[in-house]
Amino acid sequence: MKLSRRNLLKGSAAAGALAALPPMAIADDVIKVGSIHDLSGIFDIYGKPMDKAVGLVIDEINAGGGLLGMKLEKISYDTQSDMALYTQYAQQLTRQDHVNVVHGGILSASREAIRPTLRKAETLYFYNTQYEGGVCDRNIFCTGVTPAQQSEVLLPAIINKWGKKIYSLAADYNYGQITAKWVQHYAQANGGEIVQTDFFPLDVADFGATITKIQEAKPDIVMSILVGGAHMSFYRQWAAAGMNAKIPMASTTLCVGNEHRVLTPAEGNGIMVAYSWSQERDTTENKAFLEKWQKAFGSTDDLHELAVATYSGMNLWAEGVRKAGSVDRMKVIEALETGISFEGPAGKITIDPPTHHAINDVLLMQVEDQKMKVLEVFPQRPPVDTQAVCDLKKNPDDNQQYEIKI
Amino acid sequence: MKTGREILLTAIVGFIFMFALPLLLSHYTLTVLTAFAILALSLGFVWGYGGILCFGQAAFYGLGGYAFAVAAINTQMPWLGFLAAILIPAIVAALLGAMMFYGRLSDVYMAVVTLVFTLILFKFMNTTAGEAYRIGSARLGGYNGIPGFPTLTKPWNPTDYLYNESLYYFAFLLLIALYLIVRLILKSPFGRALVGIRENELRAELMGYDVRLLKTVAFTIGGAIAGIAGCIFANWAEIITPNMFSLGQSSEIIIWTIVGGAGTLAGPIIGAGVLGYLKIALGENSGLNNFFIMGIVLIAAVLFLPRGIFPTVQSLLSRVSLGRPRQRISRRRRSRAG
Amino acid sequence: MDYAVVVIIEVLYAISVLALISAGLAVIFGMMRVINLAHGEFLVLGSYAAIFSNRYGVPIYLAILVAAPLAGAVWGFIVERLIVRWLYGRLINTMLATWGLSLAMMGAFVMIFGNTQTGISAPIAGFTVGAYQINGYNLFIIAMAIVVMAGLYAVMKGTRAGLVARAAMQRPDMAQAFGYNTSQVYMWTFVAGSALAGLAGGILTPIFGAIPSGGANYIAKAFITVITGGASVVSGTLASASILGLVYQIFTFLSTSVVGEIALLIAAVVLLRILPTGITGRFLRNRV
Repeated sequence: MKLSRRNLLKGSAAAGALAALPPMAIADDVIKVGSIHDLSGIFDIYGKPMDKAVGLVIDEINAGGGLLGMKLEKISYDTQSDMALYTQYAQQLTRQDHVNVVHGGILSASREAIRPTLRKAETLYFYNTQYEGGVCDRNIFCTGVTPAQQSEVLLPAIINKWGKKIYSLAADYNYGQITAKWVQHYAQANGGEIVQTDFFPLDVADFGATITKIQEAKPDIVMSILVGGAHMSFYRQWAAAGMNAKIPMASTTLCVGNEHRVLTPAEGNGIMVAYSWSQERDTTENKAFLEKWQKAFGSTDDLHELAVATYSGMNLWAEGVRKAGSVDRMKVIEALETGISFEGPAGKITIDPPTHHAINDVLLMQVEDQKMKVLEVFPQRPPVDTQAVCDLKKNPDDNQQYEIKI
Repeated sequence: MKTGREILLTAIVGFIFMFALPLLLSHYTLTVLTAFAILALSLGFVWGYGGILCFGQAAFYGLGGYAFAVAAINTQMPWLGFLAAILIPAIVAALLGAMMFYGRLSDVYMAVVTLVFTLILFKFMNTTAGEAYRIGSARLGGYNGIPGFPTLTKPWNPTDYLYNESLYYFAFLLLIALYLIVRLILKSPFGRALVGIRENELRAELMGYDVRLLKTVAFTIGGAIAGIAGCIFANWAEIITPNMFSLGQSSEIIIWTIVGGAGTLAGPIIGAGVLGYLKIALGENSGLNNFFIMGIVLIAAVLFLPRGIFPTVQSLLSRVSLGRPRQRISRRRRSRAG
Repeated sequence: MDYAVVVIIEVLYAISVLALISAGLAVIFGMMRVINLAHGEFLVLGSYAAIFSNRYGVPIYLAILVAAPLAGAVWGFIVERLIVRWLYGRLINTMLATWGLSLAMMGAFVMIFGNTQTGISAPIAGFTVGAYQINGYNLFIIAMAIVVMAGLYAVMKGTRAGLVARAAMQRPDMAQAFGYNTSQVYMWTFVAGSALAGLAGGILTPIFGAIPSGGANYIAKAFITVITGGASVVSGTLASASILGLVYQIFTFLSTSVVGEIALLIAAVVLLRILPTGITGRFLRNRV
């Protein structure tokens, strides 16, 4: 033990000498923005446009003279859809690059991997993804929609339109499990009934038996909470069996990665969804945004809700910095907690101070010829799921993800 | 006497590396590379010396991580978790090994069974997102894994976490210790018999060795070492996910080992360090796809460096220094004898 | 009653899928004692070939039944010449090299096609059995599995090429003495196996689509089916595909597809424990 302690001392002395180097390299007139997304691997379809969105906002702000007179600099890492690399790069962003804010994380697992690191290192964190809700931590802001925001709009609409009996298919992980509960909650609240919920791991691609089981249960509606590439087979097999003409479908996940463009019109038409953004939403801000994106990247085909949420998240953060007049973490948090909002492609998006989540516009939409046709806009829906468990005004030191009991 | 000198020499080389490496890379990166190195050491032993090609070494790595997390959450005593991370993979490896070796499965069939075993664990862990899947107060968490478990502390001060630098030195000391333990095992009668089995199983059996038992024991030791690697990884990442059991993880271990040099102990360690670092470095300036590069590296290694980097460099070096042919012969004789 | 018919069709379909994805691997393993761990990616290659040839105007059946196996065969030829032929007789080394190939192909797919799932719609409409709708394409898959297996049997038993191939595998020295170039025989066998993999990928595209990481799902099942089946190409594959497919689909109906898959894996391990050299290592010996 004696030996190892001496080694520890020696080691830390060497490290101390090394650690003295990086801070000198930091110039004071730059604000560093960390971007940490999966730019390769199975989640790159989500991550690439999100990383682009971070860059787009930075370019816009720099073109307008920067933030508080300082230029923004983007430091980006590719986590390769590997959760271990998230921890690795979060460490690099905070220790080596000394960034002022980190935007990123896609899957909940990736967020939970870096959230403690960023909290310990006192680096502000924005998580801009649709997720299952319940995170309660003053260091993080979540700008994506949560299940209650979607289900609250989606379920009454489909029950009124198609009937009461619902068969749910959900991806077997945290998001799918929790969303399935919210679907059940809002189904019952609107007089509907969930006849069955089946869970599928993300690599399941064969749904033959499931399609037979669904027919046996004879539901009025099929609710899909399926996620990822392998699950796409479900929509094809469903259509191939001729079921799409018989039982209508709704989803809380289809279209997030632009899946509706991969399906043929015959396979996708009529599926009902609810999100905070659509390419087809007809507002001046949205059109201007699409033009900007087109100009910057040549095509808007890869653009999706998560990239737009990232765009909003970056702008909300910049707004917070302006209001605080500083990049100091606590000052920016306090500024954001005044309920800052941003008017952008997804309409108005406001920070909900007690939960650090977003109050979003939610759009009820139907897939039509590989587009998301907006049926109705529900403005300013609060994140009621997270509100039920999290109050950072009362407990500012709270630091956990609540499993919401319904 | 000779053994004593070799231990001392290895320890000195180990310590030099332990202090020199942080001059090149951050402690943080080095910690995970050390975990990989321990993992590679486990396969280097099982495959390189035991002749057991395990396609599922990731299973024990993952079990180590999960055993640590579950035990640490339940007892709030991370060092009990550390013990669990050694014991549970060892027990599972013993059971699986006994099943395979007493069933007299041949090479390919063993590969299938180990592969299948890993797949079962991977698939099972991925379906544990529901609330029903909990061990004591630890939720298994399915695809998202288990975050936020208590990590290792300094034994003399339970509130002082092993973190960053201290975790690195702890991991590296473990690596040196495990390397030495494996060396000693290989020098023991047991180790010699093991290498004898690798060279000619039938002959060893006819000489009266219980091949099935010896292989099972070797497999168990390999499982325990992989479990330790999983525990270090869990402490480093502070989250564990079923990805630890994935096919990709299994393949990486084999790639490290073969590229570094199966049949040596230092080779796999070097392979893990170099390729593990390559993977991290590739994420910083992404151009080519990582899988693509790893795949090409593996093909090239099999075709052009069938013995691996370390032995090739070693023999090149000894060929350059022509003056010491005798040592080469004695080394060869030693390695054949075990 | 209707339900029973539907379940039987689904079971036959599961068996057919296993037989199709294993056929190419079985040919290469059974004849040459080479395990091609990039087999799954060969299937994915077949899928991409079918999708893109179809997108550029090739009629769908031609895309599935011609373009896909052609792509597999051409790629198999290249791989055999560049990699596999240096490694004959070294089972573990071929496994490792083809594992590397599998990773490299997966990476190449991502770079070329992106990580999105693409696919084609099934060319056959669904039909009704009593109160149930069934995917009409499932019947096509069952039919194709029968055709492929019967074809393989006929080629190996009934043609001169099959005879020479079997001879070259069993006694390469004797075959060589009779003037056959065994290196050529190995090459064409590998190409044939690769073509079968491409064909299977093409046939399954309307069901599973194509995604770069999809190979992993195929290879695990194919590998397990082939090894469980043992050395005989047709009878081994059929026997193990039947047992494993039945186990998988029954458990899927009773519970979920995960339980089905785990049941399949456990069944394979149990079979191997009882029959360490596969089903045909014990029964149906010396059959094709």
